[in-house]
Amino acid sequence: MNTSMNPSSRPQSTNHNPETCLSLQNVSISYGNGKNVAVNNVFMEIPKGKVTAFIGPSGCGKSTVLRALNRMNDLIEGCGLKGRVLFDGQDLYDKRVDPVEVRRRIGMVFQKPNPFPKSIYENIAFGARINGYQGDMDELVESSLRKAALWDEAKDKLKESGFSLSGGQQQRLCIARTIAVEPEVILMDEPCSALDPISTLKIEETMHELKKTFTIVIVTHNMQQATRVSDLTGFFNVTDLVDYEGKVGCLEEFGETERIFNSPAQQATQDYVSGRFG
Amino acid sequence: MNGYQRFFHGSTKVCIDVGALPMSLDTKADLFRLRLRPWTEKITDQSFRLLATVLASLVGLILAAILLTVLAGSRTAMATFGLGFLTTSNWNPVTNEYGAFTAIYGTLATSLLSLLIAVPLGVGTAIFLTENFIPSKARQIIGMMVELLAAIPSVVLGLWAIFVMEPFLRPLLNSLHATLGWLPFFSTEPEGPGIAPAILILVVMILPIITAIARDSLSQVPTELRQAAYGIGTSRWGAIFQVILPAAISGIAGGVMLSLGRAMGETMAVTMIIGNSNNFSLSLLAPGNTIASMLANQFGEADGSQVSSLMYAAFVLMLLTLVVNVLAQWVVRRLSLRYT
Ligand SMILES: Nc1ncnc2c1ncn2[C@@H]1O[C@H](COP(=O)(O)OP(=O)(O)OP(=O)(O)O)[C@@H](O)[C@H]1O
Ligand SMILES: [Mg+2]
Repeated sequence: MNTSMNPSSRPQSTNHNPETCLSLQNVSISYGNGKNVAVNNVFMEIPKGKVTAFIGPSGCGKSTVLRALNRMNDLIEGCGLKGRVLFDGQDLYDKRVDPVEVRRRIGMVFQKPNPFPKSIYENIAFGARINGYQGDMDELVESSLRKAALWDEAKDKLKESGFSLSGGQQQRLCIARTIAVEPEVILMDEPCSALDPISTLKIEETMHELKKTFTIVIVTHNMQQATRVSDLTGFFNVTDLVDYEGKVGCLEEFGETERIFNSPAQQATQDYVSGRFG
Repeated sequence: MNGYQRFFHGSTKVCIDVGALPMSLDTKADLFRLRLRPWTEKITDQSFRLLATVLASLVGLILAAILLTVLAGSRTAMATFGLGFLTTSNWNPVTNEYGAFTAIYGTLATSLLSLLIAVPLGVGTAIFLTENFIPSKARQIIGMMVELLAAIPSVVLGLWAIFVMEPFLRPLLNSLHATLGWLPFFSTEPEGPGIAPAILILVVMILPIITAIARDSLSQVPTELRQAAYGIGTSRWGAIFQVILPAAISGIAGGVMLSLGRAMGETMAVTMIIGNSNNFSLSLLAPGNTIASMLANQFGEADGSQVSSLMYAAFVLMLLTLVVNVLAQWVVRRLSLRYT
């Protein structure tokens, strides 16, 4: 067990704000062993207990940044990160940090629902079990499904395969599965992109509920969704770099959702949120 | 030539010049009937269908013919020895007494034990080659070498087994006999060719099959599933053994069964290294026989009831592989039901 994440042994960064959950300090991420820079020089402070939305045109690196927050990028060969990502002041990319523990504390819901080929019950119990959950499993399954607003639809078919659910239900199952391991942060990459408006609304309600216990970061292409669910919004954009050929993603503007959508400081943000992009 | 005619006779290029269509084609139905094919194309289609049917049924016919002729050839032996053929191990062309137990034991022992060794090795290699433990360049090179292993002719492997592998392994087999000699399986002194070296050469032969198939099935496990596993804080071993392997299990099981069939039927290399003895011994260190090696060894000088006995043995071998195949399909179906 890696203990370097314990608060006591955590090397504190110099001026760590206790309100900050995740802090990106000059983060640049590249693919293909440094050949293709995906995002450049991102600075960002994601506060605790809030919903932060990432918006921006396709290919600007939203998913890339999101995956960097729980070291999911480690699984992609040739993907490298420069700069620092701090979680409660602890550098997530420190040598002593165990990526497995990072992902347990910072869970992720993916764009495409990806339940395990197991029963609905097992889908939730699996993660809890491997993370050493000792309590009443039935109770955990029920409470996780309730939090993900899936209990009523799934309570009579817990033994059935996770694939027997509809796409929207599967996505909520994936959310329930993530909640069950009790992370501190939940990252969601376009969780509603394959869903109908009703499922989308259900998931948004879920998010409002989850926000009380978790910090949430969500990538979305849906402006209304960003305004409905998020407290803060980061707008990513693609730019040309002086000494690099090809487009590179960057964080154009970051602030209160209210301000980003109503009175952004950047012209590009204004164009994007009002649909006058490109 | 107007647009209409051009459409009729141009078989590859379909272009509908609506303006030039004559008035008789005013209904939708006529429009859909427009693409009439020239008679040459029709004939080609029909003759191809006929050819395919003939060839496909030929496969079944050949299979049935082989089975029937082997069965017919073994009739005398079946009548003389009955099921006792399977449980006795005399093989005496002088007195015309035949029993295939030694060969059946050899076939089962070599194929099952070689599988026992090759499956963990092959699946382990496949895991190593698909989960990024090492850089992809190194993985490609190792993968290529595994595939090259499959390309070595079995007679070459047999030769290598006799002159290189067996002498090299002799000390090891000797010490096995010295320490575990009280077990019937190691009770004889190794004296060269035998069942144990045959098992090892079979491992070399089926390892690439298992590895290649397991690698394919593992790499077909969707990335989303891997991400799901890692995304909830599963360790790498947890993800491999509890999510990725189960998801690939039906493909892997198929590969294992395929190689079991291969191991049972493998002839050349086994004949060269197994010792070809019909004296039954439980010991794996003693020379033995498999059905395949026995057939290869004896068909040349056999006549009369010996041929019939060989046919009987061949029939048993076919039945064994058939059983393995049916079992394989059952296993694959069971496993894939559970995991997909
Ligand atoms: N696995 C990968 N390997 C190589 N390059 C990648 C990989 N994933 C993303 N990229 C590159 O990184 C850049 C940013 O991709 P990313 O997926 O982060 O964009 P995005 O903002 O999430 O886009 P979208 O809104 O379409 O999901 C793209 O140029 C893409 O080509
Ligand atoms: Mg994306």
